[in-house]
Amino acid sequence: MSTVVRPLLVIVRLTLLDALRRRILWVLIGLTLFVVGLSALGFDRLVSLARENGSSETEVQLGVSQMLIVVAFMFSFILAMTAAFIGAPAVSSDIDSGVLLAILARPIGRSTFLAGRWLGLALVAGLYALASGLLEIGAMKLASGYGPPDPLGAAGAIALQAILILSLTLLFSTRLPSIAGGAIAVVLFGMCWVAGVLGGLGLYLKADLMEQIAVVSRVLLPTDGIWRGAIYALEPPIVIAVATDSGRTSEQLAANPFFASTGLSPAYLAWVAAWFAIVLGLAVLSFRRREL
Amino acid sequence: MPAMSAHSTGSPSAPAIETRELSKRFGRTVALAGLSMRVEPGEVFGFLGPNGAGKTTSVKLLLGLTAATSGSGTVLGAPIGDRETRRRIGYLPELFRYQSWLRAREVLRLHADLARLPATRRSAEVQNALETVGLADRANDPVGTFSKGMQQRLGLGAALLGSPELVFLDEPTSALDPVGRTEVRQVIRAARDRGVTVFLNSHLLSEVELVCDRVAVVNRGRVVASGTLDELLGEQAVVVRVSDLPSEARAALGAYGTVETNPADPDELTIRPIDPARIPDVVAGIVAAGGRVHAVAQGRETLEERFLELLGAAPDPEGSAAAHRAVDPGTPR
Repeated sequence: MSTVVRPLLVIVRLTLLDALRRRILWVLIGLTLFVVGLSALGFDRLVSLARENGSSETEVQLGVSQMLIVVAFMFSFILAMTAAFIGAPAVSSDIDSGVLLAILARPIGRSTFLAGRWLGLALVAGLYALASGLLEIGAMKLASGYGPPDPLGAAGAIALQAILILSLTLLFSTRLPSIAGGAIAVVLFGMCWVAGVLGGLGLYLKADLMEQIAVVSRVLLPTDGIWRGAIYALEPPIVIAVATDSGRTSEQLAANPFFASTGLSPAYLAWVAAWFAIVLGLAVLSFRRREL
Repeated sequence: MPAMSAHSTGSPSAPAIETRELSKRFGRTVALAGLSMRVEPGEVFGFLGPNGAGKTTSVKLLLGLTAATSGSGTVLGAPIGDRETRRRIGYLPELFRYQSWLRAREVLRLHADLARLPATRRSAEVQNALETVGLADRANDPVGTFSKGMQQRLGLGAALLGSPELVFLDEPTSALDPVGRTEVRQVIRAARDRGVTVFLNSHLLSEVELVCDRVAVVNRGRVVASGTLDELLGEQAVVVRVSDLPSEARAALGAYGTVETNPADPDELTIRPIDPARIPDVVAGIVAAGGRVHAVAQGRETLEERFLELLGAAPDPEGSAAAHRAVDPGTPR
């Protein structure tokens, strides 16, 4: 057991140390604090203006929750980009530089090395996403008085989204140069979000092909499906009630890319778990066959 | 330089490395076309060959860093690529790069952890390796601030960590100055004295000649010659620069061995094979016949000459003459 666990922990520690020493984490934390502070000020100003203009508390809550979802989308996009750019060089840059030759000549398997890299980076990306997401939600609550129903679920979904992208770029990193792997992952992330929006419109317009594109994209890369879960966790029950009471059909509601009428299903989460197993398994297979 | 701790090299009869028709293809390119060789425990083994001969590929195969297309072999008694055996192996890659954001001590600590050295010995082993390669005073500096030569020293330190039984050194002095090269030779000799088997990949033939017990010359993915330096370089020779030598006296030198004239310098004669004990007789004979001796050099075919011969390339007549060691001719100059 120690022949796998110990080298694994050595690589996890090395990866965490890498993130700390190279100041990636510190830059992200600094930028996050800046963005959280700025958005809290913005929320405070918007809520004050809305109340001065005689908006009801329900209207304020609706407005704030929608704004929070937009800010969360921006966060999720930035996190996905960050995950792509920390995951893309995780193996390829060490192969290109030759650093891996000395490491893999030690009694450590390639799968152990890869698992250590993934665990370390997933810890960095996941914890950062969780912490920054909760910080943003907390700052918004302080500024507006509104708190979403499931802040941990929302932050967790955004963190999961980042780890999905990270895992995909790690797979690319076993074969592709860093820039190519990172760029492809970001493009796929964007395409899946667009496919999700198109799927919603397809439902509204009763266009089967558009719906199918969304379904397939959420299976191939579950980032958009998980994002829907984050939206649901950020919406107050009143939003769902108002939207439903307004007489709109579920098809019409699905056309709004910043609205979700249901949370993540256990079946979908099970697929996400299977997706991780498949992608990481492919990464191990690919890395084992990679010439150094 | 302090000595690193000794260890057992296992069964005396078992080879440190043995390969049988090991081959490697990259697509259509044949990098190694049937490598068969044997390296004995405790020897410094030189692995020579021109660029693209398959030297680095061979090392990667022996370390399990790449898989063989066909063939088999053992390293320290275990099949090639055996993971646990790598605990007893050190490796300095030709492309030596270490995490620039780590300090030198941390790099060695990382390798000590990965090699699973006993926890109680790790700090001492790291310190020992730092001192062995002359980096003790830069131990806490980031590797990113190191020159190439210092990084290569660090790599050598990592390779020697924990007293491995077998060390692969791939061009270990490529980034070092002459002083550094001398120090590395001393480190290699000290390792051999502790019973470590050293597999030395090098382009520097003089370096190989100075430290290796046995060598193999590889060309186009195959070993074309191997053996001790004596076996490989063969007969002794003497080179004499002489003027005013009568033709009869020149012919008489044939009694000592075959006489060759350097086409680039008609005054330079090479006599081989010759017993080195008879060199004073050769000189005395030339002087007695009226010849004027300007220089005498004892030597034999250099590794460079033999290497070029094996590869089918013409040796450089100027270079080969310079490679012979000068000795006292025993006559006034």
